[in-house]
Amino acid sequence: MSAVPLHMGLLLAGILFLLGLVGVLTRRNVLFMLMSIEIMVNAAGLAFVVGASRWMQADGQVMFLFILAMAAAEVSVGLALIVQMHRQHKSVDINVLERLRD
Amino acid sequence: MILVCILILLMAGGFLSWIVGRWRAVAAKWVALVAVVAAFVILVVFWGMHSPTADLTTAGVWLAAYHIKWIPQLGIGFHLGMDGLSLIMGVLTLFLGAVSILGDWRAGYTHPGFYYFNFLWLLAGILGVFFALDLILLYFFWEVMLVPMYFILIGWGHENKRYAGTKFFLFTQLSGLLMLIAILGLYFIHGRNTGTYTFDYEALLGTSLSAKTGFWLMCGFLVAFVVKLPIVPFHSWLPDAYTQSPNSGTVILAALMSKTGAYGILRFVLPLFPEAARSFGFWGMLLGVVGILYGAKMAYAQSDLKRLIAFSSLSHMGFIMVGIFSFQALAYQGVVMQMVAHALSIAGLFLLSEAIYARTHTFDLDKMGRFWEQMPRMGGMTVVLVMASVGLPGLANFIAEFLVLAGAWQTHVILCVLASVGLIASVIYSLVILQKVFHERAATGVRVRDFSPRELLVSGLIVAAIVWLGFFPQPVFRATQPAITHIVSTVNTPEK
Amino acid sequence: MTVYHLIWLIPTLPLAAFLILAVFGGSRKVAALLGTVPVGLSALLVIWTAVTYLSVPPAGHGFSEVLWTWFTIGNFSPAIALYLDPLSLVFLFVITFVGFFILLYSTEFMAKEEGFSRFFAYMNLFVFSMLVLVLAKDMLLLYLGWEGVGLSSFLLIGFWYKDAQDAGQNAYAARKAFLVTRIGDTALILGLFLLLQDFGTLDIPHILQAAPGTWQPGSSRAVWATILLLGGAVGKSAQLPLQTWLPDAMAGPSPVSALIHAATMVTAGVYLLARTHVLFSLAPVVQLIVAIIGAATLVIAAFSALAQKDIKRVLAYSTMSQIGYMFLALGVGAWSAAVFHFMIHAFFKALLFLGAGAVILAMDHEHNMFKMGGLRKKMPLVFWTFLFGAGALAALPLVTAGFFSKDPILWFAMASVKGSFWLWLAAFVAALATSVYTFRMVFVTFFGRQQKEVHYRPGIRIRIPLVVLGVLSLIAGWIQMPASFGHFTPFSDFMETLLPPAVMAGVPAGLEGWLEIATAVIALLGVYLAWQFYVKTPVAVYRFKQTTVGARIYRFLAAGWGFDTLYRVLIVQPVVWLARVDKRDFTDRIYEGVGMLNLWLGRLFGRAQNGRLRGYAFGIVLGAVIVMTLILFL
Repeated sequence: MSAVPLHMGLLLAGILFLLGLVGVLTRRNVLFMLMSIEIMVNAAGLAFVVGASRWMQADGQVMFLFILAMAAAEVSVGLALIVQMHRQHKSVDINVLERLRD
Repeated sequence: MILVCILILLMAGGFLSWIVGRWRAVAAKWVALVAVVAAFVILVVFWGMHSPTADLTTAGVWLAAYHIKWIPQLGIGFHLGMDGLSLIMGVLTLFLGAVSILGDWRAGYTHPGFYYFNFLWLLAGILGVFFALDLILLYFFWEVMLVPMYFILIGWGHENKRYAGTKFFLFTQLSGLLMLIAILGLYFIHGRNTGTYTFDYEALLGTSLSAKTGFWLMCGFLVAFVVKLPIVPFHSWLPDAYTQSPNSGTVILAALMSKTGAYGILRFVLPLFPEAARSFGFWGMLLGVVGILYGAKMAYAQSDLKRLIAFSSLSHMGFIMVGIFSFQALAYQGVVMQMVAHALSIAGLFLLSEAIYARTHTFDLDKMGRFWEQMPRMGGMTVVLVMASVGLPGLANFIAEFLVLAGAWQTHVILCVLASVGLIASVIYSLVILQKVFHERAATGVRVRDFSPRELLVSGLIVAAIVWLGFFPQPVFRATQPAITHIVSTVNTPEK
Repeated sequence: MTVYHLIWLIPTLPLAAFLILAVFGGSRKVAALLGTVPVGLSALLVIWTAVTYLSVPPAGHGFSEVLWTWFTIGNFSPAIALYLDPLSLVFLFVITFVGFFILLYSTEFMAKEEGFSRFFAYMNLFVFSMLVLVLAKDMLLLYLGWEGVGLSSFLLIGFWYKDAQDAGQNAYAARKAFLVTRIGDTALILGLFLLLQDFGTLDIPHILQAAPGTWQPGSSRAVWATILLLGGAVGKSAQLPLQTWLPDAMAGPSPVSALIHAATMVTAGVYLLARTHVLFSLAPVVQLIVAIIGAATLVIAAFSALAQKDIKRVLAYSTMSQIGYMFLALGVGAWSAAVFHFMIHAFFKALLFLGAGAVILAMDHEHNMFKMGGLRKKMPLVFWTFLFGAGALAALPLVTAGFFSKDPILWFAMASVKGSFWLWLAAFVAALATSVYTFRMVFVTFFGRQQKEVHYRPGIRIRIPLVVLGVLSLIAGWIQMPASFGHFTPFSDFMETLLPPAVMAGVPAGLEGWLEIATAVIALLGVYLAWQFYVKTPVAVYRFKQTTVGARIYRFLAAGWGFDTLYRVLIVQPVVWLARVDKRDFTDRIYEGVGMLNLWLGRLFGRAQNGRLRGYAFGIVLGAVIVMTLILFL
């Protein structure tokens, strides 16, 4: 297998991160925001794996496992919250959540 | 020891009053009165026993002192001391404290126990400022003055109390913090110079400071005192705080707390920063003159009786600034007498205004008039108090203003002349108090009753004191003379 | 133990009366007794003292007694001390003697008034203060008396605070008096500061003794000190430029006008200048100013009196004018002539005011002379005594005391080294005006057709003072006769043990005689003119007042030559405007501004807390980017 250059991998991770970030900031649907966050998380994980591959350390891969586990947990909590939100506000638009203000 | 006893007496009295007040309201008043009168008697007896004749040329000689280590690691000690000047101030404080409790007797405060707790702690704080000889202790008591007064204001004040209370608190607290910074500055500089880090007043006297540092440190102290006096342009809190306070609160605020500002300048600013003070002399006098004239103008413009008296207080305090920064021995005795006389006369006027409020439920001058018919006794007392405000000879205020101006003349003639215009101006606004309330057009259909025996006693005590000091001021002068001579010599000898 | 040791009783008796009346009030009988007897006793004491003084004068310059030291600060220790010498003796006599009779008169005049005991309390306070003023050995004590008379004057002018119509006016007049005299008082106190600075003490004999050694004649210190003292004097004595309060002060009861605004308080300025004459001799410029002020005031006031309708206002302007004569005398160095005129003036002016009071009572509190008339038949005693007083005021020759007191002043105005022809001319012209307005007053009030019914007959307590003062107005002049009449001068001999005689310039001999004749002629001419214009052909005056020029002149004179308007425009209105425009205190705006700024910033930043998650997220991202940039590049 030909090695993927480090900077390419990081670049891909960076682009994915940015795409996820933009998705979080611009989307109104909470589910899509959650998905974008997932993309960001996975991008970070990708960066870890690429780095691990570069320096031949297993740590990066282990980190990715942690990240995956954390992502799963976070998504489940997030989805639970979204279900509650839908139950209360009958909508998944993030802008209805604005009670925490002055 | 006596100093600590008096302070504890007041503080314990306050607690007791609070506790007792929950059980029976009347008792709270009595406890407070007894505590203050007891402290007053102790101090007066002490005065009688000691005639301060020691001439001070070097370090201060105290009539009573109390010095124990408090936080030695930081150089903070619990150091109280009393000389003739603070003795007179202490006697004045306790006298007016007792008189204003008497004046308040029928005021009908809710939660009287808590009110008198605040009141007595306020008095204790004021006395603490007069006796403190450690700078951190001074700051401590400065704050102890502030907090109860704030509670008195917002707890028992008139309609606009929150605004007044907040304003008062912010002004005083901010200026106090600046003073704290100056204290710390002095502390560090002294420590660096001599190796001992201490907050003790006597140790800090004579710290050598460069002209610039000395000036800024002096300003830090001066800001706190000048806000308290108050002096234009830091006086904004005065009309609201004075008018919105309840009866005895205003008396203490106007008569006593303002004197802590004057005392602070005499006791701390001048001896600690003599060259800086001297360089500030012209500006100090100018600020005083501005205060006199601006206060008079504002007083004349008011249609609210209490606000008028508040501005008149501002005007009279200007004389103190003029006197202090004239650096003349003659004027300094005048300043002392003005502190006493002004306290008495302004207390009388405010008690009078509250007596009128109790009868008419308004301070609006346009709703008053021709009360002499129904209240000749009150009218008579008012004449004396108004004449005190005007500076009629035979009353203590005249001696004070005469000495201040005579001293000021020798320092700066033009400023003295401008300050003397204040004598003319005081007539304009003072006569308003007498004529609009007691003469002129009748307030339609208002029924007012004359002074009760208790009220007569209260104002009678004050008027008697003013007249007595007007003809026999020497006891006050004799008591404060050593302290004043010492302060004058500190500020007048050129230091290297 | 001589009577001198009882001098302290002289002011103390009225003081005691004041205290008792003020604190305890009292029934009318008690108040009447307490109001009059102590002053009467003081008068007897003064007479006794005077007799002793004249027969056995005390050693040295006078008698002094220290009651107690007021206070001591360093080297300055003013004392509550009394000093008796010819000057204070004359004033003491006038104050207590005339005062007693005025108080006696008041027991009947004020009999129906409310506040009877209050009135006598204030009057006694006044007498006490005035006595302290003239007995004071120390300038500070003098100032106490000075302000005390000001206070009493204020309280008495505003005495009738109740009349629905007048209430505002009386209070205004009282306020005006206090304020205008305060301006003078402030000048006086500045003068005290200067004296204290130069002499280290305010003890009068000490200052007068040390002054020639300390000050060069004409030195600026002397000039400033005397100008300031003069400022005080013009305020209290209602001279230019502080004269505007006196006409309005007539709002008070007539006895008040008689005592305070004719005989005593307004002469305090004369006393002050005479007492400090040494200082004025060291500042000739200022002494000249004194003369000029006196001359100007006497002319202005005399002509203003010509246009007044209110009988008391005529007398007020007349007082102003006569004091002008006293100032003129002081200014040309005729010290004892000034004091003599003071004494005689006190007699006839008090008499005139008391008489006017009786007339006003009879006319149901009507003050306008032109609504009176023909009273000489209905009130004969009042008429005749009033006539004596008027004669003295007009200085009718030979028969009235006024002639013997005013004439020397005119003479000295011309003949003294410090006098001049112009000063004499002013005084001379005003003397004509004086005679005219005086007899205008007499003729309009007492002659002609009676317009109102008289229901009032003055009782004995009014008649006795009128008679006593009337007699004095005629004969009191005989203790000071000029050269042409045998030069019988016990009065000035007495005064000149203290006050230096006027220094005479070289004048042709016999001039004095000619001037006397001229003065006499002018007085009689005035009577004739008044007769002509106010009895024979009053319609001439009426027609003159209808013309535009006449009306304007009349209005100008009646308004006291417009000083009130001048002061109102120059001073009163700007001050009131200044007060009103800044009622809310502009410095407060600064602090309110700080508060507003805080609130605004708070609201501004508060908008960031809108509960919108995306906004928060954006903020987090932005912050992270900034921090990273900073870390990477700085």
